[in-house]
Amino acid sequence: MNSVELAKKIRLVTAEMVYKASASHIGGALSMADILAVLYADVLQFDPNNPSDDNRDRFILSKGHTCASYYATLGIMGYFPMSYLDGFAQEGSLLLEHTSHYVPGVELSTGSLGHGLPVGCGIAYGAKKLHKNYRTYVIVGDGDMEEGSNWEALLLGAQLKLDNLCLIIDYNKIQCFGRTNEIINLEPFKEKLDAFNWNCIELDGHDHDALRNAFKEAEQTKGKPTVILANTIKAKGWKSMEDTLFSHYHSPNDEEYKQLMEDLSK
Amino acid sequence: MRKAFVNQLVEEAKHNDKIFLLTGDLGFHALEPFIEAYPDRFLNCGINEQAMIGLAAGLAMGGFNVYIYSIANFPSLRCIEQIRNDVAYPKLNVKIVSVGVGFAYSALGASHQATEDMGMMRAIPNMVICTPCDPSETTQIIAMSAKYDGPMYLRLGKAREKEVFEKVDEFEIGDFHAYQESDTPNALFVSGSIADYAVNWIKENQISTAIYSVPFVKPINQSQLKEIITRHSNIVVLEEHQLSCGLGSAIVEQANDMFANGMIPEYPKIHRIGIHDLFLHVCGTTPSLREKAFLTLDKGLFV
Ligand SMILES: [Mg+2]
Repeated sequence: MNSVELAKKIRLVTAEMVYKASASHIGGALSMADILAVLYADVLQFDPNNPSDDNRDRFILSKGHTCASYYATLGIMGYFPMSYLDGFAQEGSLLLEHTSHYVPGVELSTGSLGHGLPVGCGIAYGAKKLHKNYRTYVIVGDGDMEEGSNWEALLLGAQLKLDNLCLIIDYNKIQCFGRTNEIINLEPFKEKLDAFNWNCIELDGHDHDALRNAFKEAEQTKGKPTVILANTIKAKGWKSMEDTLFSHYHSPNDEEYKQLMEDLSK
Repeated sequence: MRKAFVNQLVEEAKHNDKIFLLTGDLGFHALEPFIEAYPDRFLNCGINEQAMIGLAAGLAMGGFNVYIYSIANFPSLRCIEQIRNDVAYPKLNVKIVSVGVGFAYSALGASHQATEDMGMMRAIPNMVICTPCDPSETTQIIAMSAKYDGPMYLRLGKAREKEVFEKVDEFEIGDFHAYQESDTPNALFVSGSIADYAVNWIKENQISTAIYSVPFVKPINQSQLKEIITRHSNIVVLEEHQLSCGLGSAIVEQANDMFANGMIPEYPKIHRIGIHDLFLHVCGTTPSLREKAFLTLDKGLFV
């Protein structure tokens, strides 16, 4: 499955999961779907039959509330049977509405923001200390980037020259109460990330070729970690909900679900 | 105690290449023996405790046995959620060492007085919490910690504490550490470096009492506690921590549950000496601040 086919499938499965569970956060789950697709189709080294393989690349979803599309990805990649996803947010299931390390393929439980990058720094630093070649990838959200702990970790990552670490910011520019620039303005975002001594690549987070090239550049960049500032659209793919705050909370009703699946099937 | 900690960690690191030491830019003139012996297994993370805990979790995920060194409330309260979510929940091999707990940093003020940390840590599942009473107990507990695979919170005094207790051979996580036995109803439980004061006060006042160092507030060896409170009906607990959530609380809770479950026929008298829900905002030496916080023994406590 190429990354475009994978992205489409991730979105369809995610929509079904969120609809069935009447869950929130579909907007952020869809905005990062292309990033997940490129990572899992073309970038990450992993073996779904051996999730604890020592040589696997490590992936952390820091914005744990958008785990639906992450779980969908893990299911599609074969970490567990697709029927396992029926349990999303259901009584007794391990598929919580925030990323859980009890799920095969997941490294770190998240949910509280600002945790993924510091831990990612530790994994990457440990890999260097152990002379291991695996790489570490962390996806954060823009709201996530308001947490001070992430800026502590940006300082640490640069200080430790963690060129085996790649941070991806799902910059959909919407958070709980509205537009990020009206709540806590992160701009000039790229300049800040550059100033923190990271190799910062700004791109369209839905452009698979651009993402692939950026991941390649990250791998080739020595002496500093890379951050991909991915401009994304909240709820990307669900036409009527794209770039809306509403998509942060709203779960599709029966009628909307029909339209959503139609949108995503195109 | 910090010297005992560093020296024992150097010992352990000799035969355990997974031991890694992090500091949040503290421990100048203390950590050097480790830094010099194992520069590749030491990192000064700078002053960023939240990221430091995350970094420790990531290192532990790679198989390291990570020690974090800092002082007072910085490696505990400052980053309590990182400790809970990133270390305790996945039960990672991270040992958090806080130096100078209680009123050890006396005149540095409330910011540097770790008097609530035990309570916060006690509430977190998977945490082992320990407050050794003197340098040799510290040495023993650091040796123990190196063999333990999981999260621990180690509360140490500062420097130049006197040796109080004799070294014991059999000593496991959760154990009581006997200084002296007694066939009177009295038993004194003490944790941390205030043990020095307690033992001397008992001697000076010629009180007949059993004395135990109780370094572990979690877990507590239940069968030992049961045995002691069956033998002694008048227990005094002294600690340099808020009364609401420290060692005294833990002992009362355990005794209560044992009584409620019929494990002990009678409920002992338990006197708790700790800090009464207050901050101190005046200068003073450690002993004088302890006095101001009413951390003193009294003849009326004993029968
Ligand atoms: Mg956002």
